[in-house]
Amino acid sequence: MTAVQDITVGTELPPLEMNPISRTTLALFAGASGDHNPMHIDIDVAKSAGLDDVFAHGMLSMAYLGRLLTDWVDPQAIRSYRVRFAAITPLHGKPTATGTVAGIDDVDGERRATLNLTVTLDDGTVTLIGDAVVAV
Amino acid sequence: MPVDQSVVGKELPPLTMTVDAGRLRFFAKAIGETNPVFTDLGAAKAAGHRDLPVPPTFLFGIELESPDPFGWLSCIGVDLRRVLHGEQSFTYHSPAVAGDVLTVAPRIGDVYSKKGGTLEFIEKASTVTRENGDLVAELKTVIAVRNPARASEATGNVGGASEATGNVGGASEATGNVKAAK
Repeated sequence: MTAVQDITVGTELPPLEMNPISRTTLALFAGASGDHNPMHIDIDVAKSAGLDDVFAHGMLSMAYLGRLLTDWVDPQAIRSYRVRFAAITPLHGKPTATGTVAGIDDVDGERRATLNLTVTLDDGTVTLIGDAVVAV
Repeated sequence: MPVDQSVVGKELPPLTMTVDAGRLRFFAKAIGETNPVFTDLGAAKAAGHRDLPVPPTFLFGIELESPDPFGWLSCIGVDLRRVLHGEQSFTYHSPAVAGDVLTVAPRIGDVYSKKGGTLEFIEKASTVTRENGDLVAELKTVIAVRNPARASEATGNVGGASEATGNVGGASEATGNVKAAK
């Protein structure tokens, strides 16, 4: 974990590179997260909607990005966390989560860093864009 | 057929879940979590947690424990197959850990369309509270519905989906979504 005094605007969080997303990944995440939407686990349903295959839960990538945060700060230090889902993650996509300190402020007597967050696939597609505010 | 505006402000049934340590470990496995604070009680307590901490996005799943979690969408004429997650936010007020009894209370917020109804957006705001009434977190979800006008006739209708793809330049999330899926 980075020492608090070392954090400045522009500090980059250590990137988190994930393995390619498999059908097993999606099955496990469906069960663990409670999101049983068949579009993520049942190719027949995906095809019935005109897609070639299932695609990953957006919340799986948001969870990966959450790991980036909690690798860096204590989970109790996260004040807010939000993302926009910019593109879906296809099966076998390989996400990497990255974050950069965009600002440091004192709020309610607490030193807080605002982080700019992204998830990007191997082919360069940006799938998630977001930010988080964490106490540092 | 646009989403019925009368749903704006509608409260969905609250749902209560006891956060189970085993479920948290399953969630950790599913997302490849390696930080022992999320799976090892000793590590969690050493880090100052009352019990295994809830990961940042886990709270999203509470309301999905409902027997029919997507029923509210079909009730307002939305085909789940045409739904994309547009945005998600969490504002945290009090840390949640294994053993906590949490209640989520969802409410449908704004409903609006873009591109002449080719894409519709539904906002949902939820609060998560602990048994003693403490506010744990506030969640906001934006879902995008692709081409709802054709949802009812769209089974196997690849052409409809493709046309929607080509038309949604104003909504980058859905455009990228569908193209990336093909």
